[in-house]
Amino acid sequence: MISIRNLSHQIGGAPILTDISLDLPRGKISALIGPNGAGKSTLLSLIARLEKLQGGSVIVGNLTVGSCSNRELAKHLSILPQMPDQVPRLCVRDLVSFGRYPYHQGRPTADDEAAVEHALAVFGLTGLAKRSVDELSGGQRQRAQIAMTFAQDTEYMLLDEPLNNLDIAGARSLMALLRDLADNHGKTIVIVLHDINYASRYADWLVAMHDGQIAVEGAPAQTVTSDLLRDVFQTDADIQHIDGLPIVMV
Amino acid sequence: MTRWYWAGGFALAFLSFISIFVGVIDLSFGDLWRDPEALRLIGISRFPRTIAAVIAGGTLAVAGCVMQMLVRNRFVEPMTAGTGQGAALGILVVTILTPQASIFLKMSLASVTALVTSLGFLAIVRRLPPTQPLLVPLIGLVYGGLIGAAVVFVAYQADLLQFISVWLNGEFSGVLRGRYELLWLAAAGAALTYFAADQFAIVGMGQAVTTSLGLNYKQVVLVGLIAISLISALTVVTVGIIPFVGLVVPNIISRLFGDNLRRTLPLVAMMGASLTLGSDIAGRLIRFPFEVPVGTVLGVVGAAIFLWLLYRTPRYA
Repeated sequence: MISIRNLSHQIGGAPILTDISLDLPRGKISALIGPNGAGKSTLLSLIARLEKLQGGSVIVGNLTVGSCSNRELAKHLSILPQMPDQVPRLCVRDLVSFGRYPYHQGRPTADDEAAVEHALAVFGLTGLAKRSVDELSGGQRQRAQIAMTFAQDTEYMLLDEPLNNLDIAGARSLMALLRDLADNHGKTIVIVLHDINYASRYADWLVAMHDGQIAVEGAPAQTVTSDLLRDVFQTDADIQHIDGLPIVMV
Repeated sequence: MTRWYWAGGFALAFLSFISIFVGVIDLSFGDLWRDPEALRLIGISRFPRTIAAVIAGGTLAVAGCVMQMLVRNRFVEPMTAGTGQGAALGILVVTILTPQASIFLKMSLASVTALVTSLGFLAIVRRLPPTQPLLVPLIGLVYGGLIGAAVVFVAYQADLLQFISVWLNGEFSGVLRGRYELLWLAAAGAALTYFAADQFAIVGMGQAVTTSLGLNYKQVVLVGLIAISLISALTVVTVGIIPFVGLVVPNIISRLFGDNLRRTLPLVAMMGASLTLGSDIAGRLIRFPFEVPVGTVLGVVGAAIFLWLLYRTPRYA
């Protein structure tokens, strides 16, 4: 479980997050949704200690963020940051191999190499393994980044808008893979999504953020309502139910 | 890849061989057996000069490569972004305060001032918008130019202008046995960076990725800056500022072989050494028997390659 207590954060005096307390369930997929600027990415960065905690606490499993060792945390929690504008000139295999760095510190074992090959295979990158990442399409590049996070093989995975640049096949297979990781491998996944329908279809738990606060949290079937769309997203869209799942008619 | 290591090693060995036999005093391969003076000439002048060019070129290319990873910008290098000028400033200050200071003291203070000016550069770069990558080298040139101007001004006031030109314009003609050996320290420093090659490659992917992989970002950056400052200071103290090697060599290698430093750093070092040694040999031959400083030759060659890089790779920074 990821427990967040009284988390507040400011950037340059402007409040980004205000007194957030939240429990994200273990072994499930939690989706963070909300309009642009709601503080989703900041929340994710704080959980992953990419930003320094200013107030409040974050506990991941039994590790307290900010006081446990960085390397130890890297074996339990991985994050896919939003795609950097600058792409490294590495071949796909080398990029994915860096995901094993917390374990081997520069001296990969046979296990590490097997984990890399597995990650390449899972994301359909084996054929691209020797290509340079900067020569790939946006979607292939995104898959390579996610494969690197996957190779890190941590119990907790945080993904910031992983569906960016992916086509519908790529997006669906990624979400199905995350589902499998949660259901069959006990991974706890927190994911920032823009498309509520993906959240509704694949996530177990949904956290809607608005102006640096939690607006609503709960199972998608209860939380995705026209009230949510009006109050949080300031838009009027119809919601239909298909197989018991709320679908936003965009 | 192994092929390229061999090719680089062979090119370097070939240039070193040429370098031993090119100079004002006529020396041919056969003289080595006939003339005992020939061996003395090689031992006192030609060999030290060759080794100095090899080490200075190789280590500066490595320093440039590491700096480009730390700053995440492909258009910077220590000798044009304030590190080299900072080292010169340190030497100047020691020279004025204690004219009899040992070379070791000069080197130590130069390393410290080089580190301070590098940290200053990094602090400035942090505030630049990441969407404008070309601002970074521009600011670097202005920053380096300002510190260089301060060095010249202080030297002018202290009547040391002739003295500082030795450090500001790198050249190898003054290299003799007993006057270049500090460079071996730079070579050791560059070799040590190789142990952290993976970490520098990871830092090149940004702070978020670095932290996420369990590394201490600030610590890696600081270690890198110390290595860069040490290499720069040692080079400036012994042969002077040599521009452009640290800029063009890492760019060419990155373009051809990517950024996995564990694999590419040896190539960066070999190519930097070859380029510097080749330029030094050219500088000895262009106006024979007079010499053109290696910094001037590299300035011309490097500027041309730099422009070519700017026009060829607008996508990268």
